[in-house]
Amino acid sequence: MNDMSNDSFVTDDGRTIGGVVMEMKNITLRFGGVKAITDISFDIREGEIRAIIGPNGAGKSSMLNVISGFYVPQEGEVWYKGAKRPPMKPYQVAQQGIARTFQNIALFEGMSVLDNVMTGRLRQMNANLIQQALWKGKAEKEEVENRAFVERIIDFLEIQHIRKTPVGRLPYGLKKRVELARALAAEPSILLLDEPMAGMNVEEKEDMSRFILDMNDEFGTTIALIEHDMGVVMDLSDRVVVMDYGKKIGDGTPDEVRNNQDVIDAYLGVAHD
Amino acid sequence: MAQSSQATGGLASIPALLQRNATQFADKDAYREKEFGIWQTWTWAETANEIEALALGLINLGVSEGDFVAIIGRNRPYFYWSMVAAQCVGAVPVPVYQDSAADEMEYILGHCGAKYAIVEDQEQVDKIIDIQDSLHQFEHMIYIDPRGLRKYDHHQLHEFSHIQAQGRAARDEWITDLEARRGKLTYDSTCVMLYTSGTTGKPKGVVLSNRNVIESAKNSAEFDGLTAGEEILAYLPMAWVGDFIFSVGQAYWTGFCVNCPESADTMMTDLREIGPTYYFAPPRVFETQLTNVMIRMEDAGNLKRRMFHRFMEHAKKVGGDILDGNPVSFMDRLKYRLGDMLVYGPLKDTLGFGRVRVGYTAGEAIGPEIFEFYRSLGINLKQLYGQTEATVFITAQPDGQVRADTVGVPAPDVEIKIDDNGEIHYRSPGVFVEYFNNPESTASTKDAEGWVATGDAGFFEKDSGHLRIIDRAKDVGKMADGAMFAPKYVENKLKFYPDILEAVLFGNGKDRCVAFINIDLTAVGNWAERNNIPYASYQELAGHPKVLETIQGHVETVNKSVADDPMLAGCQIHRFLVLHKELDADDGEMTRTRKVRRVIVADKYSDLVEALYGGASSVSTETEVTYEDGRKGSIRATLELRDAAVVPVASKVAAE
Repeated sequence: MNDMSNDSFVTDDGRTIGGVVMEMKNITLRFGGVKAITDISFDIREGEIRAIIGPNGAGKSSMLNVISGFYVPQEGEVWYKGAKRPPMKPYQVAQQGIARTFQNIALFEGMSVLDNVMTGRLRQMNANLIQQALWKGKAEKEEVENRAFVERIIDFLEIQHIRKTPVGRLPYGLKKRVELARALAAEPSILLLDEPMAGMNVEEKEDMSRFILDMNDEFGTTIALIEHDMGVVMDLSDRVVVMDYGKKIGDGTPDEVRNNQDVIDAYLGVAHD
Repeated sequence: MAQSSQATGGLASIPALLQRNATQFADKDAYREKEFGIWQTWTWAETANEIEALALGLINLGVSEGDFVAIIGRNRPYFYWSMVAAQCVGAVPVPVYQDSAADEMEYILGHCGAKYAIVEDQEQVDKIIDIQDSLHQFEHMIYIDPRGLRKYDHHQLHEFSHIQAQGRAARDEWITDLEARRGKLTYDSTCVMLYTSGTTGKPKGVVLSNRNVIESAKNSAEFDGLTAGEEILAYLPMAWVGDFIFSVGQAYWTGFCVNCPESADTMMTDLREIGPTYYFAPPRVFETQLTNVMIRMEDAGNLKRRMFHRFMEHAKKVGGDILDGNPVSFMDRLKYRLGDMLVYGPLKDTLGFGRVRVGYTAGEAIGPEIFEFYRSLGINLKQLYGQTEATVFITAQPDGQVRADTVGVPAPDVEIKIDDNGEIHYRSPGVFVEYFNNPESTASTKDAEGWVATGDAGFFEKDSGHLRIIDRAKDVGKMADGAMFAPKYVENKLKFYPDILEAVLFGNGKDRCVAFINIDLTAVGNWAERNNIPYASYQELAGHPKVLETIQGHVETVNKSVADDPMLAGCQIHRFLVLHKELDADDGEMTRTRKVRRVIVADKYSDLVEALYGGASSVSTETEVTYEDGRKGSIRATLELRDAAVVPVASKVAAE
């Protein structure tokens, strides 16, 4: 599975995994003298669920921030859809079809769930300020179309009952789901999830796992996720990158990674000389 | 008894009524469902079209006359169409509770030998795949929501819309067949088979004919003057006879519109948006709504709260009389009118009851205080008494003769007699055909003349001619000293308190009564929040000393009120405990319609009952629980047993 060929293939459970859509080549990221990421390369294929795991401080979130354009690495190249990506602002990355959720939820607390999810559609709305203000022609048409799309996502993530509820009043697990809805509303070709299950109880984790699998299945969304819960990662993902102290120590299917001695050492600890 | 379809103008089946409605009410709304945030609507003509496509698709799939088709899902237009489409092709629809565990479904599907199932989503599909191996006759499954099902083996699995599309494509091929099958339906054909939840034993399949359903729908619609203009919200389980009569029987007979909520969680919002004119709910729903109103009033500002209490007091005094058309003084009327503007009107609107013309509660006795609360607001809430075996209606309260403690007069065409043991028997055109594949039970329930034993004890009040139900005949017992033991009477008094969700009274054959109590997590949780009482779980909250203190207060107040009734004074609660878990249908402690299975509860918690009688002040216990997906676990708890003050009863004192 981990060969370098670029052909699409069908997994055991009947999903089609396409060619490489994003490739990280020898990325190194430094904050002053601190190396957060050292010379890491991996790829993400179309339609797969790709996990990045590692102990605390391994550089996982930094890696995700490099993908989303929040950090610009000092060395290395990011290739997206067959072209080398120049340094970009996060909004430009978003315009390219890469959406994300955050480890610490970043929603508009005072706005309703519906309005929050609608913000995910901004990229699809082109009406200018005057049209928006007058609520005529293009603005109205766009709003109706996008609302219809957003309603499908609300239905998909089963949050109809909180549609009109201000986000600030929601419990943590539901906020996570709203954030996911907003990211999904952008119709991303790659969806980045930063610890989607952090702080959830078992039932909420099960729900979230189901949504992630269904999203991948239903919309064919390519998903890259960071997660601490090993059980969840091993169950969900097609391939796993393991990081430790900013370096890549493993890459492959969950089974391959599970039996990798470096990974076992990193997680269980090993005596350093 | 011998009604023929002539009485209904040759409309001898639900499919025949559909055809009439498609012509007569062609452009009138028949179904609405909120989906994607919008009320999607189908007129009667469109409905007839959808059902025809599905029926053709079912023939195309191989459904034969007499086959059983299980229908498993929440209230959605698609499932109502499925039932009628099954009838059109001569098959028998069997709605099943969608929250049934796999083994319960296995029993029902195996018992009727269902060959087909029309189900909602992946959850139900998975459940049936799990049990499919033991269902030898099972052939095909149709699902509505394709999410997550893409990768499944589709040899015996079909999407609803595909079946309809295939039906439309093969219309020329099958339409003659469909018309022939539809033409064969008579008043005696089976209309639907419903499994009774059963507080004891395995569920039984009640076979209802077109006669049962149409006659009952016709009589009850006339009784309440229902028209094609009514709006109802279909949210009660489709497997329950009530929903079938209201959302299919009466809807097809009168041509009114059935509205389906977006999801179970949005039901209250949807209720408000639709504002039904005809509404039906078991007491539990009214209790929950009242609890929510009370909680929200506690959280409201001072002025609002005072206005609410002030005007509710006035409503309590005169509201019921005004609704019944009894004489009320001018000043009181004026004050009620003012209250309607300031409190009752807005409250009814919030509850979604602004337009209710006729409302019913049934299934269980409703607490008189709860009943009066809604009546006093000006909502025409009435009680009826019914059974699956009677196609619902046995008695109902006519407008203007509504009381909390009776269930009304015999419904049109129903005869009632009370036998020497006080058990109620009835005979009507709604009396069921038989229990499927169970002649013994049929014979022991229905005699040769068509009289059916209800299993409930009751009597007719002399002056009003209204029927009063005492209790399930088999639940009513005697205490050791010979006094009557009527558990439900006391339990209903307890359940009036918003804090108390459920109560179970024990004492049959004993010298005193003890009780289990379930707290209502919404109400008590809200109280805890307002009083800064932290808690981590249901169990912890249920065992909190302050909660026990409050519950004890309720129990003692109930004891005082029970003591007022000389016949039942012996049923006062001497000791009680607050259970560490909610009684749940998944654990078999309740029926799917949420009635307590007394015998099972007594058996499962026998250690707790013993401890209550034994006089210990605390007891440790371990209880098995079943999760929604069928897995089992157990919870441990140490419960505090409390003594409650009782009012001494005169005769007892004398005896001592």
